[in-house]
Amino acid sequence: MPVNHDFDVIIIGGGITGAGTARDCAMRGLKVLLIERSDIATGATGRNHGLLHSGARYAVKDSESAEECIRENKILRRIAANCVEVTGGLFITLPEDADSGFGLDYQATFLEACNKAGIEARAISPREAIQMEPSVNPTLIGAVVVPDGSVDPFRLCSANVTDAVLHGAKVLVYTEFLDFIREGDTILGVKVRDSRTGETAEYRAPVTVNAAGIWGHGVAAKAGVKIGMYPAKGALLVFGHRVNNVVINRCRKSADGDILVPGDSVTVIGTTSTKVPFEECDHMEVTPDEVKLLLREGCALCPSLASTRILRAYAGVRPLVADDSDPTGRSISRGIVCLDHETRDGIKGFVSITGGKLMTYRLMAELATDAVCRKLGVNKTCTTAETPLPGSMDGRIESVSKRFEGKPSAGQKGAAGRQGDMVGKIRFDTDADKQLVCECENVTLAEIKYAVRELGVSNLEDLRRRTRVGMGTCQGTLCIRRAAKALAEALGKPEMAEKLAADYLDERWKGMRAVGWGDTLREMEFMQRVYKFEKPYSYDEV
Amino acid sequence: MQETNISAKNFEQCQKCSLCETVCPVMANNPKYAGPKRSGPDGERYRLKNGIFFEDSLKYCLNCKRCEVACPSGVRIADLIQQARIDYGRKAPKLRDMMLASTDQMGPLAGAFAPIVNFSLGLAPVKGLMHATIGVDKHRTLPKYSSETFVHWYKKHAEAAQDAYKKQISYFHGCYANYNYPQLGKDFVAVMNAFGIGVQLIPEERCCGVAKIANGMIAAATRDAKINIEAFLRSVKEGREVVTVSTTCTLTLIEEYPELLKVDNSEVRDHISLVEQYLYKGIASGELKPVWKDGFKARAAYHCPCHQERLGWGIFTTELLKMIPGMELIELESNCCGIAGTYGFKKENYKVSQAIGKPLFDNIAAVAPDYVACECETCKWQIEMSTGVPVKNPVSILAEALDLEKTAAANRK
Repeated sequence: MPVNHDFDVIIIGGGITGAGTARDCAMRGLKVLLIERSDIATGATGRNHGLLHSGARYAVKDSESAEECIRENKILRRIAANCVEVTGGLFITLPEDADSGFGLDYQATFLEACNKAGIEARAISPREAIQMEPSVNPTLIGAVVVPDGSVDPFRLCSANVTDAVLHGAKVLVYTEFLDFIREGDTILGVKVRDSRTGETAEYRAPVTVNAAGIWGHGVAAKAGVKIGMYPAKGALLVFGHRVNNVVINRCRKSADGDILVPGDSVTVIGTTSTKVPFEECDHMEVTPDEVKLLLREGCALCPSLASTRILRAYAGVRPLVADDSDPTGRSISRGIVCLDHETRDGIKGFVSITGGKLMTYRLMAELATDAVCRKLGVNKTCTTAETPLPGSMDGRIESVSKRFEGKPSAGQKGAAGRQGDMVGKIRFDTDADKQLVCECENVTLAEIKYAVRELGVSNLEDLRRRTRVGMGTCQGTLCIRRAAKALAEALGKPEMAEKLAADYLDERWKGMRAVGWGDTLREMEFMQRVYKFEKPYSYDEV
Repeated sequence: MQETNISAKNFEQCQKCSLCETVCPVMANNPKYAGPKRSGPDGERYRLKNGIFFEDSLKYCLNCKRCEVACPSGVRIADLIQQARIDYGRKAPKLRDMMLASTDQMGPLAGAFAPIVNFSLGLAPVKGLMHATIGVDKHRTLPKYSSETFVHWYKKHAEAAQDAYKKQISYFHGCYANYNYPQLGKDFVAVMNAFGIGVQLIPEERCCGVAKIANGMIAAATRDAKINIEAFLRSVKEGREVVTVSTTCTLTLIEEYPELLKVDNSEVRDHISLVEQYLYKGIASGELKPVWKDGFKARAAYHCPCHQERLGWGIFTTELLKMIPGMELIELESNCCGIAGTYGFKKENYKVSQAIGKPLFDNIAAVAPDYVACECETCKWQIEMSTGVPVKNPVSILAEALDLEKTAAANRK
């Protein structure tokens, strides 16, 4: 019986790897289906620093990763201008680093390694470093400038998905992978369930790509394949505003809490690294010890963090993979792992792409797509390194803002920063459209309507990822009812507003609880009063 | 963990409660103004990200600081707005703004030709011309200039007698008392002398700089601020407290110098006081002994200027005035008069300025006092122009109510 192929390739996982693979496959002319159990960018993609690595961090220990990073760094600046901010980065040496063997001798080693990997790095004096970034710890004894930057992972993921769709891909969010359709040792497709309606469906394709990050472990298991994965939790803290405008790193062996990244309207410190059981991957909570550690290390980079309000804490899980060549499974690779399960395990029509990092997602996608094409016998070359993403033809708020009639309002400038050159699709028809819904983050009603219309939004979390609504200082306290009403109406389900708002606040509360002191605690009190929570939340873990 | 959450001007302490918006007089009257929360702490977060988020509409803030008085979190909202205007605003001020702001340079210039200047500034065609060319609203009459400055009068008639007093203070008269209304300075000297206090001038006194700050002339304001603070420091070291008559000058010396001009005043700020505060404390402690005139009678309405609200010192004035036998003092509801220094003189602000002041004007009309008591000179112009009710500085009221000779005798003992 001939198999009815709905698609050429099915990709499981709507993180950056899956989104990038979907884009690449679609651009090479394949019929693509992308399935994601939740919203896009909800796993590790949405839960990291948002650091545009120069590769310097890996230069000394892992020159291969370093070279990959700087190559991709340069590519992303070109193709994802609207998702990337070229801030520059510093690697600083503190007096205490000299005591632990990472003094200026190490800096020299570091510089040499950077230059060898093709990373432009140069040492500057402590005074020059303070001039470049006034918030840096003034006791530093040395600094190296590298081409680090920040990258907005939500935006990057969304732009890849948008472009995949523009090239004909079908994207199903809130669609959970249940099992494979299998015949002997061949994977024929997937069985899925819509997590909102509970309806199940089957989709078929000659190749299925597992791009499910840490959850890829379980996906592979359904095919009877074992990938030795190690979930490594990383916790991060978000500070209320931009404390630094240049990325600050410690020039020493990689450790906890040694990167401070300015991203959009905030600054993020991270991260930690703890091995966690698979069961915990869906319920990450940041512990008081992690908060203390991050704060202590953050203050070493930038002393003013000691008195800067922390908006929230969050954690993600890195999908670390054990090296196949090491039978003990102890040797962990941070590199890209692309597995053709036919040659590795004798399972046909199945590819896993994992390991790697946000920075190298495009290269991962290229490798995975190459594997898919090989299986399909398609001979098309990858063009993702040259083709800008939607919204990124122009990455400067200044010039994008000029596309509006007259002087751009705060909300229009905010949208220009977030949506890049897609702003033309945002319609400011009425006075109400121009009104701000979220005042902390300059989000207008028009931008919300645009996100619902064009970017596939079904709840406030989805909307937040696309517009930053409710991500500011008040964490939604002042705006979330307005936003909920606007969203519910745009979805044509006005009765949903109350529930949308409540779900959103629950989620915000979780992140605030870990850092519930000082002004964040006051904000939490204020939130409780405004919403008259029937049963006040407990402070057990504060 | 963290001891405090403090960011520049406390902006991150903002809980977004929006109380400031409920007290902002501009927001209620000018839809172009985004209000204190958005212009201040909200805007600051985005300006830190990219200067493009600076909004021109920040110029509509009249810096009354009522938002700061209302803020339960101690955010220096108005300072944030002024700071942003300094950091991101247009660098070169307009001719009009320079003229309005340079009170200390225009003063001597105009004073020399006072009769002609006052006459012509009051003429309808001249007003019309200024409205059309430089944008000073035609409804306004620019403050009159005096042909003899206070300093000139002081040197001629008062200076010689001052050294005889045992107690000495330094008087920061400000531009208004010097160039526009020397009678205020004369009243000040008379009252102080009656209490047995010698009045010394500050030879290097410069304009406090408030108008220059408001109009973006920061370098000039900073230069003047440094000269003033050094002079205050010498005065304080020589044992003379600095006493002022203008609430706005005082707020500028105490708060704006360190916050906006980054001029350190920590060694002198506790030695600067408004005359009402200085006198109230002296009288309340028994150190100063007033003797009041028999048969003094007045019905006064007290208007607390916005910057007095911010200083929190209005209570000294009202308590001082209540000491006067025969004084019926009615405290007006706290409202901004709308002039805000040079703000109301600009033609683009005239309508809003009058709309802001309306509740106050209505309040004054309903009370119908003999006069309004108020420490601020620009409130005085606004209230007199808009209500026809005369406005007196509390020092001038004291000069009328005190039996100066008997007071002098009582304080000699």
